Amino acid sequence: MAKRIEAHGVTSYYGSFKAIDSVSMTIEPKSVTALIGPSGCGKSTFLRSINRMHEVLPNARIEGQLLIDGQNIYDRDVDVTAVRRMIGMVFQRPNPFPTMSIFDNVVAGLRLNGVRKKSVLEEIAEKALRSANLWNEVKDRLGRPGAGLSGGQQQRLCIARAIAVEPQVVLMDEPCSALDPISTLAIEDLITELKNQYTIVIVTHNMQQAARVSDRTGFFSIEKTGDPGRLIEYDDTAKIFTNPSVKKTEDYITGRFG
Amino acid sequence: MLFRGTATFAGSMVLIIIAAIAVFLVVKAIPAFQDDTENFFTFKEWFTDGDTPRFGIAATAFGTVLTAALALLIAVPVALGIALCLSHYAHRRVATTLSFIIDLLAAVPSVVFGLWGRDYFYEPVTNLSKWLHDTVGWLPIFGSEGPYGKSVLLGSIVLAIMILPIVTSLSREVFLQTPRENQEAALALGSTKWEMIRTAVIPYGKAGIIASVMLGLGRALGETIALALTLGSVFAINWDFLGPGGITIASNIANRFGEADEFGRSALIASGLVLFAITLVVNMAARAIVYRRREFVGSA
Ligand SMILES: Nc1ncnc2c1ncn2[C@@H]1O[C@H](COP(=O)(O)OP(=O)(O)OP(=O)(O)O)[C@@H](O)[C@H]1O
Ligand SMILES: [Mg+2]
Repeated sequence: MAKRIEAHGVTSYYGSFKAIDSVSMTIEPKSVTALIGPSGCGKSTFLRSINRMHEVLPNARIEGQLLIDGQNIYDRDVDVTAVRRMIGMVFQRPNPFPTMSIFDNVVAGLRLNGVRKKSVLEEIAEKALRSANLWNEVKDRLGRPGAGLSGGQQQRLCIARAIAVEPQVVLMDEPCSALDPISTLAIEDLITELKNQYTIVIVTHNMQQAARVSDRTGFFSIEKTGDPGRLIEYDDTAKIFTNPSVKKTEDYITGRFG
Repeated sequence: MLFRGTATFAGSMVLIIIAAIAVFLVVKAIPAFQDDTENFFTFKEWFTDGDTPRFGIAATAFGTVLTAALALLIAVPVALGIALCLSHYAHRRVATTLSFIIDLLAAVPSVVFGLWGRDYFYEPVTNLSKWLHDTVGWLPIFGSEGPYGKSVLLGSIVLAIMILPIVTSLSREVFLQTPRENQEAALALGSTKWEMIRTAVIPYGKAGIIASVMLGLGRALGETIALALTLGSVFAINWDFLGPGGITIASNIANRFGEADEFGRSALIASGLVLFAITLVVNMAARAIVYRRREFVGSA
């Protein structure tokens, strides 16, 4: 089910501001790729270009190609909703639908896909919640509001919601930045498990986290404020963290960055 | 501390004022209740002169609820549609301009709309009535043979136009409040814009939408002049929307208060008390709906 992602010269703009410049990288199926780099270097922008969420913002546009298993998702005849159904996304701040119960949150995507049968929804909801390591904590209160959970639980609920539709790719933008260390570890374990089925791309500011969960790491950076972000180095995580080939990467991961 | 004191003071003032209004209405209405020779709640007509006053609020209360309900039925879908277009579909600049105009319209006193609407819509509604009667005349509500013109339909349409801006303006505001994270969550699941609105925007705004509809309803229930001008002033309970008919508590008060003697005024105030009660019940019902889902709603 997992898919290969190939970016060819992806350049993203907010209005006339170029946020990332010509990013090219290939992300293998069933792997975890971490995107690291200083704040404002365009990690989120690149991530949101992978599922076409970038263009949701006013005046945002994109150049270049992004292939998912060889299909350019920016081709004119591609249905953007189909792309997003195939690519799940977990946001920095947990964002369960506040008006929905835990159960309704998990099956929101399925309902959008037209699944109506209660038994099917229940079965998939349980499976997704189990995969997200949340089932035991919420199984007795599925009808309660999703927003009533703790931050870490909400984030796992959002992960459950993203994987309930069985996407091919899961994008995560600093999924642990609002969480305590224990919830963070729970989510890292989860990422390692999910890797067996999905292609995962995760943005993180936490070097240890990148080192722990990812197979490959991409380092983004900017020259100075106002310049576009660029992909500086992209390699096996072990190599990036022990023996990076670019000086800038080394400076960043050893904490000598600006 | 200061804020809390002020808030408590303001809150209790509101309650005291409402209570004072209620007491005023009750005191003034008592003579009318005592001397009415018919059942005040079931009698339809309104004769307050002479030795045997016979009057009741059945027809006026029915007319009030009917015209207000019809007006809501017409106005709310349109208002919500416009509000959504402005908040989520229209181009920024267009939306800003239109929203500004609608906010202005919402501040226009309803009587201005009422007069304008009456003059402007009298002809079209007459034609619409004929057409409705010709096409779906087998429905009792469109069964009237005419003459068309002043009718429940005309009154409700004018009412609908009056409450349209306020409902639009407030619900647009509500739709704009939807947190971007929720909207992005829906979009990232692969929803179309409309599906996103149904999953994230409308449920989130439900309490606010109900509140804005209630404000519109409040205006509709209390509207006097416009309905005095557009309804047929017929004291009867029937479901005929097209024929010369319709009367509401407020328009009845407006029609008669000037010429009424002391007793007549007392009777009209008694009817005002009923209007007050209707408004209160409607508001409480709306609040109950909002409250029941409170824990699920992000705001308010
Ligand atoms: N909605 C937006 N409108 C205009 N400019 C934006 C917008 N979002 C981001 N930018 C700009 O684009 C550049 C890249 O932002 P982005 O959010 O992708 O950085 P990031 O690497 O994710 O940073 P962080 O680590 O702080 O999350 C920044 O200069 C930022 O100011
Ligand atoms: Mg970011």
